[in-house]
Amino acid sequence: MPATVALAVARYRPEEEPAPTLQTYEVPFREDWVVLDALNYIKDRLDGSLSFRWSCRMGVCGSCGMKVNGTPVLTCAAFLSEHLPGPIRVEPLDYFPVVRDLVVDLSDFMRKLKKVKPWILREEEKPLAEGEYRQTPDQLDAYKQFSMCINCMLCYSACPIYGLEPSFIGPAAIALAQRYNMDSRDQGARERLEILSGYDGIWQCTFVGECTKVCPKNVDPAGAIQQYKLTSAVHWLKTLLPWGAR
Amino acid sequence: MDLSACDVLVVGGGGAGLRAAIAVAETHPNLRVAVISKVYPMRSHTVSAEGGAAAVIKPGDSLEEHAYDTISGGDWLCDQDAVEAFVREAPAEMLRLEHWGCPWNREPDGSIAVRPFGGMKAQRTWFAADKTGFHMLHTLFQTTLKYDVIQRYDEFFVTKLLVDEGRCQGVVAIELGTGKIHAITAKAVILCTGGCGKVFPFTTNANIKNGDGMALAYRAGAPLKDMEFVQYHPTGLPFTGILITEAARSEGGWLLNKDGYRYLQDYDLGKPEPRPVLRSMELGPRDRLSQAFVKEQEKGRTLEGPYGHYVHLDLRHLGEKLIDKKLPFVRELCLKYVGIDPVKEMIPVRPVVHYMMGGVSTDIDGATPLPGLYAAGEVACVSINGANRLGSNSLPECLVFGARAGKVAAAFAAELKAPSPSVLTQAHDEERRLEEKFRRGRGAKERIATLRAEMHETMEESAGIYRNGPALQKAADKLRSLQERFRHLTLDDHSYTFNTEQTAALELSYMLDVAETIVQSALQRTESRGSHQRTDYPERDDKNFLGHALAYRAEDGPPRIEWVPVTITRWPPGQRVYGR
Amino acid sequence: MSLGAHYTPYHPKWYRRRVSVWWWLQTWSYTRFVLRELTSVFVALFAVVLLWHIWALELGPEAYARLLVRLGTPLFVVLHGVAFVFVLFHSITWFNLAPKAMVVRLRGKRMPDWVVVGSNYAAWLVLSLAVAVILLRR
Repeated sequence: MPATVALAVARYRPEEEPAPTLQTYEVPFREDWVVLDALNYIKDRLDGSLSFRWSCRMGVCGSCGMKVNGTPVLTCAAFLSEHLPGPIRVEPLDYFPVVRDLVVDLSDFMRKLKKVKPWILREEEKPLAEGEYRQTPDQLDAYKQFSMCINCMLCYSACPIYGLEPSFIGPAAIALAQRYNMDSRDQGARERLEILSGYDGIWQCTFVGECTKVCPKNVDPAGAIQQYKLTSAVHWLKTLLPWGAR
Repeated sequence: MDLSACDVLVVGGGGAGLRAAIAVAETHPNLRVAVISKVYPMRSHTVSAEGGAAAVIKPGDSLEEHAYDTISGGDWLCDQDAVEAFVREAPAEMLRLEHWGCPWNREPDGSIAVRPFGGMKAQRTWFAADKTGFHMLHTLFQTTLKYDVIQRYDEFFVTKLLVDEGRCQGVVAIELGTGKIHAITAKAVILCTGGCGKVFPFTTNANIKNGDGMALAYRAGAPLKDMEFVQYHPTGLPFTGILITEAARSEGGWLLNKDGYRYLQDYDLGKPEPRPVLRSMELGPRDRLSQAFVKEQEKGRTLEGPYGHYVHLDLRHLGEKLIDKKLPFVRELCLKYVGIDPVKEMIPVRPVVHYMMGGVSTDIDGATPLPGLYAAGEVACVSINGANRLGSNSLPECLVFGARAGKVAAAFAAELKAPSPSVLTQAHDEERRLEEKFRRGRGAKERIATLRAEMHETMEESAGIYRNGPALQKAADKLRSLQERFRHLTLDDHSYTFNTEQTAALELSYMLDVAETIVQSALQRTESRGSHQRTDYPERDDKNFLGHALAYRAEDGPPRIEWVPVTITRWPPGQRVYGR
Repeated sequence: MSLGAHYTPYHPKWYRRRVSVWWWLQTWSYTRFVLRELTSVFVALFAVVLLWHIWALELGPEAYARLLVRLGTPLFVVLHGVAFVFVLFHSITWFNLAPKAMVVRLRGKRMPDWVVVGSNYAAWLVLSLAVAVILLRR
């Protein structure tokens, strides 16, 4: 077991330099440390100017996504021991503009999320006095997986389509739209169709499948998109029929 | 400096904050409401809540029983009028969340499923597997997106409340992405910034929980109430402090000492039964379970590892199927973070700081004594949690009092004219302070990490599960000296762009203020009640201390403590009985 | 980002990295994806050859015999070999991805992935056998 391990961390100081550089730090190696612990060690002891986001340290807040040795991961769950001997390369997520060091800008996703209307849409609200909408465990199961998204952005960072075509709505937002489409309480599928089947929607996806592979919560956004392609294609075919609904 | 204005400004985008913002948007759609948060709302710490949210819904349960469980669980320090309002409004709030799409677990017939929880006499805890807080937060956040009137300031760090003419009229905040200082005026401000677990070294709390809102209110002259009551959750993972939900015990998990013995039976918590029994053994309240751990440790019957003493949480007898269905996150956390599979192995656990019963003193509508300032959620102390909160009461608290504060603040704001221009002078002063303190403060020598570590050590030694006068006095002095040393803080980072070292420094200053109120309140409460156990005053003393400590900021020196009586409506103080 | 862009206080100066033309060579999974996309060319090639067969048949037995001779040249044999490998790759990768796109539910319960994959392979086998039987019976 090594006593220390080197971390090559991407730095970008917009006030001082035109492009990111790598800076190497030597940190103690500990069996139970994750990459995030090493970054905090750097910040506390070696260089207080290193910037990165983190919060819960239990894989549910979605703040600490970065690229470790080229793969997008949650750094709170990436053990140093899995990346020996080092140097371990830590970089900001791909395809997002870098604000500073390991911090990327998420405003693009925040806009797209709102576009897919990720909330329950109904023609008529049931009054609270009438109690809950009934939903069987099987109906819950139909969308539960897609509701597990923590918005960590690893899937966008793994999606070359998003890199090449930044207007693509992207894996997480489509999975969340599908989460509501599949919810037995929702009636908004028709309203979401236009944006999902539109130019920046599902048909941009060529099924690289990497989004699902990097997803730390097994949401399977690639599955959500392909399933929606089927839905969308069936809908389109119906519109061709003389009795089909438009 | 950038200026903007709104009518109601919600500080914090967690469960309480988002619920408050929706309440404003629904009751007063003509008001401009904004949510300002130092993180994107879906990162808020509500996301980490696991076990569930209590609200009476099943036949055979009653509001009275929920109220009684809460009040006895809080060792009679709860304000009973607030508890009555809370249990009454919780079911409708939970249903509303169901209508907004929260994926609650269901019975086979499609109705809401509930599970037992610690200190509760009936099954009334709604749950979404063991990611209840995560699902509630994302449901709330996604629902806020449909209200165009709700404006958001994401990743803005609030540094000061603007108070003029005796009322709160807005905030000063740093936009993290650019470093720009903003003055945002508002007719009413609602604090929903959560707790301050990071004052302690071992905590389930996220990095963002630094008592920001508590310190902001305290500095603006509002008192902090019941700050001596710090909840230790009995089952956190050593080192990381990752929470293993109480639901693990409510589904039938056992706490075992090093001899494999269910030691809780030795601490007046009932007899061990193979199946979970309500208000008994592992389903006792958190304060009693954490105290039992310390006693067990003193008897030398705990295990010892690299991160101190621990006991075992045994779920193996529950079987893989139940664990995967009801506790999947527990399994995921154990596998991913400690390499243990709870289906086959026991989980090492120890008590970890989890929740602040205390907070900004508010009335039953979330209004603080400072006009125009409201608070809801963990940052507030209404108080429904008294000396010990029951598990699964905090999530519905966010909803009930978030909604109440939102409605009342909106009504208050609707009656007011725009804030006076004189608040802007204050905003400029604050801008100057930030510039001088954090940009030019070179040449000083204290580091954030050093001061923070010393604060952690001080708090752990003095304000832990068991406390005593001399240790608390020593801690009070130490915190004073840390406050002094904070003036000589040095920063490596002088950038305007996403300067996380600057925010860490501001957070440390908030934590030092909050830590002082915790220690001072604990020092002056010379009795033992709920989570506050004084070895030098081991008995509860209703004659002198059936009241709340209010900590006010003093100009120089430790906080000033004043006392107000507890509100008793129907349940006179009695004995807390579990397992009998 | 050009060197000419200067930072002004309080304004973000984001760094955007251009996606390289060779992005698909960066990791094996991207390369495999591009290869899978490329298989469609060979599927199309098979279709063209089939059309060629039909066209030659219509022209008469001599034209068809000429076609068979031409297909027997080393160039076409190698081309067919390569195309066969790609089409095999095409079928296998897409069969394996099928459960992502198609969720089959029986009485509310989601069928496990192997059932979907398995039924695809089974259908493939049955059809191939049927073709083999028809061809070999003559």
